[in-house]
Amino acid sequence: MSERVVGVAVPRKEGAAKVTGTAKYVDDIRLDGMLYGATVRSTIARGTIKGIHFGEGIDWDEFVVVTAKDVPGKNVVSLIVEDQPLLADKQINHPEEPILLLAHADRHLLPLAVAAVRIEYEAMPSVHSIEESECCKEIVWGEDNTFKTYTIDKGNIDEVWKDAAWIVEGEYTTGAQEQLYIENNGVIAQVNDADGVTVWGSMQCPFYVHKALMALTGLPEDKVRVIQTETGGAFGGKEDYPSIIAGHAVLLAKKSGRPVKIVYDRMEDMAATTKRHPSRTRHRTAIDKDGKLLGGEIEFVIDGGAYVTLSPVVLSRGTIHAAGPYCWPSIRVKATAVATNTPPHGAFRGFGAPQSLFALERHMDVVARAIGMAPDEFRRKNLLRSGESTATQQVIREPIDLQHLLDRALELSDYHAKMARFSKQNVLATKKKGMGIAAFFHGAGFTGSGERYLNALVGVDADERGDVRVLVSSTEFGQGTNTILCQIAAEALGLEYDDVSMAPPDTRVVPNSGPTVASRTAMIIGKLVQRAATDLKEKLVAAGLPGADARRDAFRRACGEYVRTRGELKAYSRYQAPPDVYWDDTKYRGEAYPAFGWAVYVAEVTVDTATYSVTVDDFVALQEVGRVLHPVLAAGQIEGGVAQAIGYALYEKVEWKQGRMLNNQMTNYIMPTSQDLPPIRVYFEEVPYQYGPYGAKGIGELPMDGPAPAIVNAVVAATGEEFRSIPLMPEDIFSTMYVNASTKISDEVTA
Amino acid sequence: MGARTEIRLTVNGTERAVSAYPMERLLDVLRNELGLTGTKEGCGEGECGSCSVLLNGELVNSCLVPVLQAEGKDIRTIEGLATEALHPVQKAFLECGGAQCGICTPGMIVATVHLLSSKPKPTMEEIREGLNGNLCRCTGYTRIFEAVQSAAESMTSDDLKQLSCVPEKVR
Repeated sequence: MSERVVGVAVPRKEGAAKVTGTAKYVDDIRLDGMLYGATVRSTIARGTIKGIHFGEGIDWDEFVVVTAKDVPGKNVVSLIVEDQPLLADKQINHPEEPILLLAHADRHLLPLAVAAVRIEYEAMPSVHSIEESECCKEIVWGEDNTFKTYTIDKGNIDEVWKDAAWIVEGEYTTGAQEQLYIENNGVIAQVNDADGVTVWGSMQCPFYVHKALMALTGLPEDKVRVIQTETGGAFGGKEDYPSIIAGHAVLLAKKSGRPVKIVYDRMEDMAATTKRHPSRTRHRTAIDKDGKLLGGEIEFVIDGGAYVTLSPVVLSRGTIHAAGPYCWPSIRVKATAVATNTPPHGAFRGFGAPQSLFALERHMDVVARAIGMAPDEFRRKNLLRSGESTATQQVIREPIDLQHLLDRALELSDYHAKMARFSKQNVLATKKKGMGIAAFFHGAGFTGSGERYLNALVGVDADERGDVRVLVSSTEFGQGTNTILCQIAAEALGLEYDDVSMAPPDTRVVPNSGPTVASRTAMIIGKLVQRAATDLKEKLVAAGLPGADARRDAFRRACGEYVRTRGELKAYSRYQAPPDVYWDDTKYRGEAYPAFGWAVYVAEVTVDTATYSVTVDDFVALQEVGRVLHPVLAAGQIEGGVAQAIGYALYEKVEWKQGRMLNNQMTNYIMPTSQDLPPIRVYFEEVPYQYGPYGAKGIGELPMDGPAPAIVNAVVAATGEEFRSIPLMPEDIFSTMYVNASTKISDEVTA
Repeated sequence: MGARTEIRLTVNGTERAVSAYPMERLLDVLRNELGLTGTKEGCGEGECGSCSVLLNGELVNSCLVPVLQAEGKDIRTIEGLATEALHPVQKAFLECGGAQCGICTPGMIVATVHLLSSKPKPTMEEIREGLNGNLCRCTGYTRIFEAVQSAAESMTSDDLKQLSCVPEKVR
């Protein structure tokens, strides 16, 4: 590997601004004459609005008030299905549904005014669990409460059961999880005749907001401008919701004729915006006498909340990942997203995969135990090999060696020696130790035909001095987008890292390179940046100037010469699918993803049987993600993902009451602190991916998938008890170990 | 919140007078009246530490301090740290990957400065404890710990002196 810039730990592009506090987040921006906006929300889960009353003690003439009647055109948030109103008009479908907007110049007066608005309702029965939704006693969406279903069918699952030496069943559930970016959601909107609509905000996908605002205002493309401000974390939580807040701020700005800022406080952000979908997965698995998988049936259900939003896409990824990195001769996955009267669940790092992979990797341990095989041995026998195919019949062409990955992870964690020691020590110990494994994969890029539909466009330009800019709508929110894309362009052009910068994430300046989601930025957008950079060089060559193979100074001079004599120097590159990619959207069959990241994680835990608390003592995260573009940023992605997933497994529990989050504060929704985490030991195996930039694949979501099952498997190993739900709280361990010991659910194991 | 009143305080070494509601949060006064937006709001209830500042050398959550309590006090924010070049703690965060999305970073850096001013060579346990009031959702803290260790190693006695920025009379 002879690259100069790629693979090197260059400083983060926007790093200096962040460490000095000069980086401007949306709440740091104030425009002249700006008003502040606030939202009046529903307090019931389902029903109809009978009246809106403006209480006494507030000078309502000072406030700008917007209701559904102020929405020009169709009152919907434009995304996949047009079922979600921007402001509820008559029907309420979940708590915290926006009904009315207020704006005032004095921020301090808004909470008082919001509290003084009384909404009169006629309540209707509401639905609050997957089971309630499935039984269809109340229909709260469509004809049967079902947003979407998928089926994957491989081999002949109905034939496997008769040949099985063992059939093992299990049911697994996962809870909602709050993204908990430290910067809350917020936007500023400005509307005037000359410029149309301009929105600044904290977001992942400027062109999603752009599309939603075009639909809302009926304005043409060039009269809607969306600018991403420095974004303080997102994790999927700023994928779709910013379109709603932006819509609200635009309505207030339009009515008042002044710029309007809406920034949520923590309680509003947690109660009203999206979370990770809760899920339930049922497994039924046939195994032969040698411990090889014969086939499996998987039923995967997610709770989508009150409106469709991104649930079909989340369900899709969860469905495809449900069978994991194993060789199943036959498999059937049936997946459903159901409606409940909860604020819509949405994107969160992993996007459905952490749910179905929790079930799978927990189930693999349950099966191993049922058939009397060690968990690592059972996995080793069944992990995919090159040339074998996944559940969607995608043949693995990458030269992967998952058995080697497993062996190395066991070695790095000293698995066998420690397990032997723990099993002796645990007998008399009140603090019991155990280790758990998770083997998993994560598809990089959009699913199936997704990237072809997105049709991403990326640009690179150079000015007279030869300073180069990368033009993408792919945003930075901590992952390192700015840094890695500049590294790739610098490498491709023979420039220094400092010669390349990012064009502002402004829809008027950059082309639509698609949303910043789905672990697609490094692999898909990175490749397009590399190609656009190459095209830029070729433009110089075509003009008779030194381009290809030119040294830095010659290249910069050539740029200057080009710009002076011919004008703008800019090259674009549009997405092209790798060859031999086939995907059938109706049968859910074929190449689900251009490439996968592969991983084996091992967790070591202590369960204190006096307090029932779990401590993660050590964590080994070994993965193969293609070429690592930036060692520090890549390791940072893995460490952060593992930390979030430790929270998912052990700490972060959303308490619900009638569809409303009760613990919508950092005080009582507990994320890991600096004292709660183990050393997270990160290791990479680098197998360059042919179609990625300098061999890179996606990385961002992978680390969210494995830790929860690895940790719960470790808790099971430590205690000998079965746990099949996350978050696994001390009270759950207590009730299983003592209170419910006699009614413990046993697996149906038939010989 | 009562009527606005004039409140005097020293911010990053400069004496300032602001007109504010006595119970207004120090955080809002810093950000809105003084334009020091480097101090961030994350939770508004003293849990996340994004609004950390030094008040007479003590680490406080500025979202929990009514500005009245800051009257006559010495306040140090992230803006008071870098002069011409980056402070060693800022440099360490930049180099070690201690900042990702950056929203917790100013508070985290102020907390680190506070930690190092009393424990110039902290153990890992002391680092974990010293930063336990500052939440980071991006990094898993690993690289923040590295940044603190790296800063501790590279800091000179002059840097340490700069950390104890509070004038003798109010200490």
